[in-house]
Amino acid sequence: MKNKVGLGYIFKRSEDVAARDVYDEFIIIPITSGIGKTDDELFSLNSFGKAVWDKMDGKRNLKEVAAALASEFEGPIKKIENDVLGFSEELFKRKLIIKV
Amino acid sequence: MKTGPYVVKQDIDRTGFWKKKPPFLGWLDMELTERCNNNCIHCGINLPAGDLDAKRKELSTDEIKNILKEALALGCMVVRFTGGEPLLRDDFEELFIFSRKQGLKVIIFTNATLITSRMAELFSRIPPLEKIEISLYGMEKSSYESVSRVNGSFEAAHRGIKLLLEKNVPFVVKGALLPQNKNEIDEFEKWAKMVPWMKGNPPSYSMFFDLRCRRDGKKNELIKKLRVSPEEGVNILTRKKDQYLNGMREFCSRFMRPSGDKLFSCGSGHGSCIDAYGYLHPCMLLKHPDTAYNLKRGSLEDALTNFFPKLKGMKTTNPDYLNRCAKCFLKGLCEQCPAKSWMEYGTLDTPVEYLCEVAHAQARFLGLVSGCEMAWEVADWKERIENFVKKKAVISKQGGIT
Repeated sequence: MKNKVGLGYIFKRSEDVAARDVYDEFIIIPITSGIGKTDDELFSLNSFGKAVWDKMDGKRNLKEVAAALASEFEGPIKKIENDVLGFSEELFKRKLIIKV
Repeated sequence: MKTGPYVVKQDIDRTGFWKKKPPFLGWLDMELTERCNNNCIHCGINLPAGDLDAKRKELSTDEIKNILKEALALGCMVVRFTGGEPLLRDDFEELFIFSRKQGLKVIIFTNATLITSRMAELFSRIPPLEKIEISLYGMEKSSYESVSRVNGSFEAAHRGIKLLLEKNVPFVVKGALLPQNKNEIDEFEKWAKMVPWMKGNPPSYSMFFDLRCRRDGKKNELIKKLRVSPEEGVNILTRKKDQYLNGMREFCSRFMRPSGDKLFSCGSGHGSCIDAYGYLHPCMLLKHPDTAYNLKRGSLEDALTNFFPKLKGMKTTNPDYLNRCAKCFLKGLCEQCPAKSWMEYGTLDTPVEYLCEVAHAQARFLGLVSGCEMAWEVADWKERIENFVKKKAVISKQGGIT
C-alpha cells in the first residue's frame, strides 16, 4: 500500500497548503497544484483532525503524537493511535503532509 | 471519543459554504487600478494606462497586503482582483501569490491581453482556485479593436487565452454586446463552447451598459447610444425561449415583489468592495461619497460593524421613487438600485428610466404586464406571478406571452 503509514513515521505539514481557522471550521487550502484530485479542492478537519494537524511538527513521530493527544481526547491509547494512523494516511494520500 | 471523518472535502464557493455560521466578511472585491490598457467605448470605469496621477493615488503593495490580512482575520475566503485592468499593476504577481499563500481563493477579471507565459506558468503552478474571467469584445480584429480602440489588442487577447489553454489554467469568457459585434453572437457562442471550462454554456453578456461610475461624464452620451433598446434586449435575452422562460419561472417565484422604501434591498454589504484608492464601497458601481468609507482612516471591521449597517437601514424619501419603484413588483427584474441611480443622476434614489423600460419590456414578454400598464399600478401582481410560475401563460405568435 503506497500510502500506508506506521507509528514510527514523522510528518510535517506541507508548505504547499494554507491552514485557516475560520469561525467554527478548520480549513486546509491548497496553494500549489497537485494537492488533492482537482485544483479547487479544499478540506475541512474535525476537532480531532485539527489537534493531530497541530502536532505534525516534523519532530514527533505518530506514536508520540497519539500520546500527546491522549490528554486531550478520551479513549484507549490503541484507539487514538489507530485514529492518528487513519488520519495521517488520508493527509499523506492528499499530499497535505510530508514524510520527514 | 468521536474521531472520523477525519478529512472532509469541501466545495467552498462565494455564497453558501458556511452552513452554520457565515464568516463576518464573505468576500472581498478589490479594484487594483482604474487604469486599463484597452480604451473600450462602453466602459464605465477605465482611465488611460499611462494616467500617472491615478497611478500615484493607487494603494501601495503594502497597503493592499494589510487590507488582505485584515480581510483574512474577518474570515474572508475569496478575493476578486478587478479594475480597470488588474494585470497592469507591476505588483500583480506579488499580490496574487500573497493572497494564495494566505489561503484565499482569487478571482481575476481581465481582458487577457497582458497574460504572459510567465504568468500562465504561475497560474498553473499556483492555481487561483477560481476560474479567471475574461472579457472579449469581438471575434474579428476589426470588431474587437473598434471596441477596445487599441491596435494589436485582439491578437494580445488571443495570445493570452492561448497561453492559459496551453497551461490548462481554467477560465471563462464573457462578452459585451455592441453595435460593432452584435452580428457575431452566434460565432462567439460557438467559439466559447471550445473553452473546456465553459462546459458548453453560452457566455454571459453585458448590453444594458452602466454609465461612468465616477460620473466623469464626457463619455456618457456615447455609452447611452451603445445601449440596446429594451425591445432589442428582450429579443437577445429570449433567443433561447424555453430556457429563458424556465429560468424566469424559477426566478419570478423567488424574487418578484415590491421592495418598499428601503434603499439597499440587494446583497451588498456582506462582501466588500475596495477601490484603487482605499475607499470601501457597498458595491463596485456605487462610488457616491456618502456611501464610501476611507480605509486609510479606519478599518474593515469598523466599516462592516458600524458603517455598512447604517447604509443598509437607509430609506428613500424621494416621492417619485416612493410612488414607482417602492411599489413596483418588478423589483427582481429591474436593475434599479442606488448604484445605478448614482451613475445616471448623481443621487441614490432616482428612478432610472432606461432600466424601468427594460424591466417593463421583459415583463410584457412574460405576460406580467400588458401594453402601457405600469407595474407599480398593478394590484393583482401576486396572482399574475403565480399564474406565470404555474405555466398558465402561453407564448403568443408575436413572441410575447398571453
